[in-house]
Amino acid sequence: MTAYILRRLWQMLPTMLGVILLVFILFNWVGGDPAYVLAGKMSNPEQIANIRRQLGVDQPFYIQLWIFIKQIATFDFGSSWSTGETVSNILKTRIGPSMTVLIPLTILETLLAIALALAVAFVRGSFTDRAVMVACTVGMSISILVYIIVFQYVLGYKLGIFPVQGWGDNVVQNLFRYSLLPILIGLAVSVAPSLRLFRTFVLDEVNQDYVRTARAKGVSERRILWVHVLRNAAIPIITYVMSNLPALLIGAFLIERFFSIPGIGREVILAVERSDFPVIKAITVYVAAATMLFNLLTDLLYQAVDPRVQLK
Amino acid sequence: MSMSNIATPLPTGVPPRQPGAGARPGIRPAVSPGLWALAWRRLRADRVAMVALAVVVSYLTLLVLSMSGLVARDWENEVGVNYAPPGFVGAQSAADSSALGNDSVKEAPPPENPLDPLRDVLRELRAATPAGGDAAPRPPVNDYGIADPLQAEMDAVRAELAMKGAAASMVRRETLPFGADKWGHDIVKKTIKGAETSIVVGLVAALLATVLGTLFGAMAGYFGGRVDDIFNWFYSIFTSVPYLLLILAVAAVLQQKGVLTIVLILGLTGWTGTFRLIRAEYLKHKNREYVWAADAIGASNLRKMFSHIFPNVSHVALVQVSILVVSFIKSEVILSFLGFGVPVGTVSWGSMLNEAQNELILGKWWQLTAASIAMALLVTAFSLFTDALRDALDPKLK
Repeated sequence: MTAYILRRLWQMLPTMLGVILLVFILFNWVGGDPAYVLAGKMSNPEQIANIRRQLGVDQPFYIQLWIFIKQIATFDFGSSWSTGETVSNILKTRIGPSMTVLIPLTILETLLAIALALAVAFVRGSFTDRAVMVACTVGMSISILVYIIVFQYVLGYKLGIFPVQGWGDNVVQNLFRYSLLPILIGLAVSVAPSLRLFRTFVLDEVNQDYVRTARAKGVSERRILWVHVLRNAAIPIITYVMSNLPALLIGAFLIERFFSIPGIGREVILAVERSDFPVIKAITVYVAAATMLFNLLTDLLYQAVDPRVQLK
Repeated sequence: MSMSNIATPLPTGVPPRQPGAGARPGIRPAVSPGLWALAWRRLRADRVAMVALAVVVSYLTLLVLSMSGLVARDWENEVGVNYAPPGFVGAQSAADSSALGNDSVKEAPPPENPLDPLRDVLRELRAATPAGGDAAPRPPVNDYGIADPLQAEMDAVRAELAMKGAAASMVRRETLPFGADKWGHDIVKKTIKGAETSIVVGLVAALLATVLGTLFGAMAGYFGGRVDDIFNWFYSIFTSVPYLLLILAVAAVLQQKGVLTIVLILGLTGWTGTFRLIRAEYLKHKNREYVWAADAIGASNLRKMFSHIFPNVSHVALVQVSILVVSFIKSEVILSFLGFGVPVGTVSWGSMLNEAQNELILGKWWQLTAASIAMALLVTAFSLFTDALRDALDPKLK
């Protein structure tokens, strides 16, 4: 097991190096000279030269790359170009609010989608099944923007059931007051695609031999679905949920922006608007690293769920 | 898309489509229909798919009409009053909206000759007489002397407005079929124009991404070994950064906005899914007999890859285009909404939604509704058609 994990970590290195190179090339060359971006409008050659020296972009590229790698390893990206706050501090303080919304959202979404998928699979082929599937397709076709705008307007502004936006320092208040509407919107957007997918995972299993065997020995249809089938459908479901976790971190950025939640996603948008390169670079690299670690975690979870899986 | 270039007698699962039917009169040759004919037959039997296809085709027709200027070319004409409500709502609520908008129509500045040498003197005189100023409201200052750097532009704009506005503001209508926006643009025409941008971006970016994915996948799968390793490395890099984050990072770097920029962002980042599928297909196909046969007659690598194997995997690419169009239209809308997409002055569904979020607070819901429904209808139809297309092209999947 340990050997497996170590080997997987070793195999991540080339990919990580590739991500670093990609970000480096993107922000140092494709975007032009970073000094000009930072200097902005009011720049004279002297200032530019000064900033170039500060950023280290007057050095040859391998030294610049080395500086970048050192920044990543030491979690020290310097400070934001627009607010002066250190990037490490930005990351540290923004992760909490994001998690306050995302953890309950992910748990609720997964449980809801699994329950609905099994229920729909139970009545597969019926009118209910088809109606739910059509509703899912239509629901998925409406832009997430429309969900947010309409929900915020109707439930927050017009009816006043939820606060329109806001965020405090109190975790409990944040979770039970300000996060409710964002979580509700997140569910409205994400349950439909998950439900559709989980349903196909379940339907892939219901024609297997073990289901027929269980049925032959008199197991009730409900128990077959919730115990036998669910256990086997768990593998693709876990893959899907786990692979979505890092994207979720960023994917909720629209919700965070509309509700002024000071999370990672909103920070990305602000950074892109302000051309705040250190912040975007840091977030991109660390989220990529998190994605790879999540992939490893997924494979480890497989073994916990399915004893047939051998990690080699 | 002809299959007849697979000139091999070996069983490939895809028989030549056009055997010489008239060559042997009297004997009906066993013509088995080709992959595409079969798929089309299955598709035609699927009623949902045909309705979806009809919707998609009508959007595309509208797109062509709009691009050629036959429809919605004059969307920028201010044909209605500001926030004119839809015709079926009626003009009764127009009273409050015209109260909001009318001053901007009426406050036409009095003509002032910009070349008048006494201009500055006149202005000073006017400013120095505050006594009568209260009774007769002073016109808004609209020239700032020689120092105003925008003066030349403003004059040009004013002259143009005078030309256009004189005709347009006379006949501004109280209601329009689906209402008007802040400036009085017809929402229906604006939505059509927005559809043009969004669909063109979606289609071109999807083609670009699919071509890249197919090219990379073909090389990786066909050559294997080192080439495969390199492309897989690229693949793992691009997939380890979440897609939306990657798009935003590229958008941050490419400073200039434009339709081409968006297409490049989406196309250059969206090839990974196609790559994985096409690579798997090439791995499977490269050891089939028909490829050996092609090898035996001395076909080059390129020829084997693209003349022989590609027609047999092209259905995968087609389904990918279809999937990507939907996902790219959605992405474009989000990017444009955030202001990282189409430039100011170009209308897309995303920029319409951006305007609409503020209008909603004022109770002007029609632009939001029009853009949302137009987009949802197309995306639903496209998704349903894609599902049906995939089932029709690969019946084993069912």
